[in-house]
Amino acid sequence: MKSLKFVAVLASLVAILGLLAACSPAQQAAVQQAAPTAAAAAKAVAPTVAAAAAAKTGDMYIPVISKGFQHQFWQAVKQGSEKAAKDLGVRITFEGPESESQVDKQIEMLQAAIDKKPAAICFAALDSKAAIPLLEKAKAANIPVIGFDSGVDSDIVKTTAATDNIAAAAAAADKMAALIGNEGEIAVIVHDQTSRTGIDRRDGFVNRIKEKYPNIKIVDIQYGGGDQLKSTDLAKAILQARPNLKGFFGANEGSIIGVLNAVKELKKEGKVVVIGYDSGKQQIDAIKAGTEAGAITQDPIGIGYKCVEAAVKAVKGETLPKTIDTGFHWYDKTNIDSDQIKPLLYN
Amino acid sequence: MQAQAPAVQSKSLFRSDAMQRLLAFGALIVLFIVFSLLSPNFLQFDNIVGILLATSVNGILALGVTFVIISGGIDLSVGTVMTLSAVMTGVFITMWGLPIPLGILAGLGTGALCGLVNGTVISRMKIPPFIATLGMFYISRGLALIFSGLKPVYFNDTPIFRDLAMGSILGAIIPGFDIPNAVLIMFGAALVAAFILNRTVLGRYTFAIGSNEEATRLSGVNVAFWKTSIYALCSAFAGLGGVVIASRLNSAQPALGAGYELDAIAAAVIGGTSLSGGEGTILGTVIGAFLISTLTNGLRILSVPQEWQIVVTGCILILAVFLDILRRRQR
Repeated sequence: MKSLKFVAVLASLVAILGLLAACSPAQQAAVQQAAPTAAAAAKAVAPTVAAAAAAKTGDMYIPVISKGFQHQFWQAVKQGSEKAAKDLGVRITFEGPESESQVDKQIEMLQAAIDKKPAAICFAALDSKAAIPLLEKAKAANIPVIGFDSGVDSDIVKTTAATDNIAAAAAAADKMAALIGNEGEIAVIVHDQTSRTGIDRRDGFVNRIKEKYPNIKIVDIQYGGGDQLKSTDLAKAILQARPNLKGFFGANEGSIIGVLNAVKELKKEGKVVVIGYDSGKQQIDAIKAGTEAGAITQDPIGIGYKCVEAAVKAVKGETLPKTIDTGFHWYDKTNIDSDQIKPLLYN
Repeated sequence: MQAQAPAVQSKSLFRSDAMQRLLAFGALIVLFIVFSLLSPNFLQFDNIVGILLATSVNGILALGVTFVIISGGIDLSVGTVMTLSAVMTGVFITMWGLPIPLGILAGLGTGALCGLVNGTVISRMKIPPFIATLGMFYISRGLALIFSGLKPVYFNDTPIFRDLAMGSILGAIIPGFDIPNAVLIMFGAALVAAFILNRTVLGRYTFAIGSNEEATRLSGVNVAFWKTSIYALCSAFAGLGGVVIASRLNSAQPALGAGYELDAIAAAVIGGTSLSGGEGTILGTVIGAFLISTLTNGLRILSVPQEWQIVVTGCILILAVFLDILRRRQR
């Protein structure tokens, strides 16, 4: 009786795994085929031979390791990389840790990706310095690494596909200045003070205001962890403390949604110029309704697409530029549905 | 009375011990076989080393948590105490330029101190462990951010610190057998934990308090003192985890650590530690920690979509505890 139950439970455990494996039988077969090919390509001494072997991109496998996976932004990056995979006939997987503080979890993902013997790896490091030893391992195994988004702070990467966040946030500052008439008090909510994007967007915005607009005063900069609820509370406190506040900048999706919630809850719609970053349904709706003046959008789909495209080029032995600027755009009520902007926004 | 209770305990412990070992170990073997059959990339030296390395920090945290859970308590602060310890190690070595051994002591000491506070709050102020350690979860998380100055502390000036976890003494003895020291540290810590749990007064009272705190108190044991010691020990292990993770990442990451306590608790519970106290083994916990990282790694190697990886991990946790309940019924 005892052993019977034990066997039954173990069997169900195996069944779960079997089911999962069965979900992607084609993928399994592809991995098994791709592995020897990629290994052979990597071992080939003459670059031309490697290029010839890899030119058949059908069996090329490229894991994409991002900084997250469940946020809309990363889903848009995923969409872009999947599109590139389809266009170029390669196979990708997309994964990232659950929160942007889990540096060690991301390292483990990178480790597993290298163990799968891929043709190339796309990687957006949470902390470049912590990832260097593994990247060196990838280099030793002749696996090209392509950086994307915040990229990898090392010359091991062949290239980095990313937004110039400093320039983008400075553009937001210019828009803010124009909309509030070049004077008054403004406040900023940033997602965090430790990540590259957080630092770049804050500094890009703050420095532009300081350099070009002496009559604008940034009265408060707060950090909400990109968490909508926390950012809401912060923004509310700022709005209540500063009745004369003329403008509010939110440096990522979570931050700006917090600002929008606060403005709405305090019934200050239209009284404060709100400028955001990235997109998402709530932000798009707010811009259409006029509660948000506009936002900077990166091109997440382009980031995903260009990093996979660069990875394929790297495997083929093509030379790549040091960075691939994936661009940014200002969008507001007037151009939100235009052909140029619409494809870049995600819901 | 005082001598009797532990004696009875250890006898029943021996039985459950053997059974649970078999179950968890069986499950681990099954996982290994399944993953090896499904992917040629799973059973490779590099990947196995990857699994061992991924187990090391969670394993060390789980060792400490095992003591607390056996004593009938819970510790939700191990993840962030680990972070705070890592940061303090960084502050000592990088910011203050003190010798590395002192930095390691700072990490362990920070952990033990947090545990001392936990234990005191629980046993003297009579605050339930869940709340007391939840408080410490926040306190240590905040302090980690404060002491680090809100940014990672890197150990770039002391390259040797990285070798503490990532160097390989084994590799130096047996060429090619490059198992990182972090893994050895975990096994060493497990041996120490097993010794304390099975061969010392502290271990005996851990079981006694977990089985029947009131009876233990009535038999003249200073429960408050021993409870405080148990929490201090648990957090000292978290401190060790902090030193290892700092060495592994070559940096103390101040924002890391929230949620790690749940992985540690899961490892202990999968390994047969009873959440109602009085039961558990170190070997079980180590196997539990391996089970979790093997599962995570295997699903990754199979390219199972990430969202499904999380679901499967949850299912396995419930299954493991269910096995435990089945075992109890049969006794």
